[in-house]
Amino acid sequence: MLDLTGKKALVTGIANNRSIAWGIAQQLHQAGAELGVTYLPDDKGRFEKKVGELVEPLAPTVFLPCDVQNDQQVDETFSAIAEKWGKLDILIHCLAFAQKDDLSGDFSATSRQGFNTALDVSSYSLTRLAHSAKPLMTDGGAIVTLTYLGGVKVIPNYNVMGVAKAALECSVRYLASELGPHNIRVNAISAGPIRTLASSAVGGILDMIHHVEATAPLRRTVTQVEVGNTAAFLCSDLSSGITGQVIYVDSGYEIMGM
Amino acid sequence: MNQDVFEKVKKIVMEQLEIDDEGKITPEASFANDLNADSLDTVELVMALEEEFDIEIPDEVAEQIDTVGKAVDHISDKVAASA
Repeated sequence: MLDLTGKKALVTGIANNRSIAWGIAQQLHQAGAELGVTYLPDDKGRFEKKVGELVEPLAPTVFLPCDVQNDQQVDETFSAIAEKWGKLDILIHCLAFAQKDDLSGDFSATSRQGFNTALDVSSYSLTRLAHSAKPLMTDGGAIVTLTYLGGVKVIPNYNVMGVAKAALECSVRYLASELGPHNIRVNAISAGPIRTLASSAVGGILDMIHHVEATAPLRRTVTQVEVGNTAAFLCSDLSSGITGQVIYVDSGYEIMGM
Repeated sequence: MNQDVFEKVKKIVMEQLEIDDEGKITPEASFANDLNADSLDTVELVMALEEEFDIEIPDEVAEQIDTVGKAVDHISDKVAASA
């Protein structure tokens, strides 16, 4: 039923084997999609090497550095996709960053620069990537991003990232409206807390996880693969009537008042 | 120093920080100064240790662990406490 054979999927945001993007990449691959992977370039070449080794079994046919704060690299990424694939069907956006200082303590102490960086990397990047993906999604397409409850309700220490996620979720709606006539669907998955390289920067992440384990209807957190399964669904024809939505994959935690 | 824990920690440190010379991994070795770990390396290392020993190392504890020996001691205490 869930078949992505022949689909070309660009996955951003894999840092290591705990990345939610890695869970998504595996499930897209299992469903038959052809993968392209971008990684964050850094001085040590750490991600190029580690991510390269990690994704090798999924045989990505595009593997490129892409820092979403660098317009030239974004352009180069999509030029490479145009050349290699000629089109794009699926875009997975799993990117977020805020300075560690801004992920604990007083929210009002967030600096202008810290605010701008968090919103640029975590929110604007979706719009920037969608803009470049749009002309390549000639057969329609699916764009999926990752958000978190902290963009809707107050989660201790999530702070500026909550503001960034709110902007991200709103961007999903505006993009869905613009891209819908092109049969490009845009949705977000709001995943429960998962211990990843990125989430470890959030103060008290382990407490957040313990709280979900104790109180969520399913009495556990979710796995990267569970998020990946929902992403695969949102990229497939099985979800052809769904766009502009935020889908909670969080063991049901979002419904609880207390 | 729990030798068994030390050997396991040594293996993980060598893998995570991509160090080939086993001799560099001494109890006194500082992750940042002697083993060239930056903040991202440190986070990955902490998570790898958590996974290997099935323990949780909260941020405030992780910040105190700046040498291989301190990591071994902390893990030994945790593992002993849950045994």
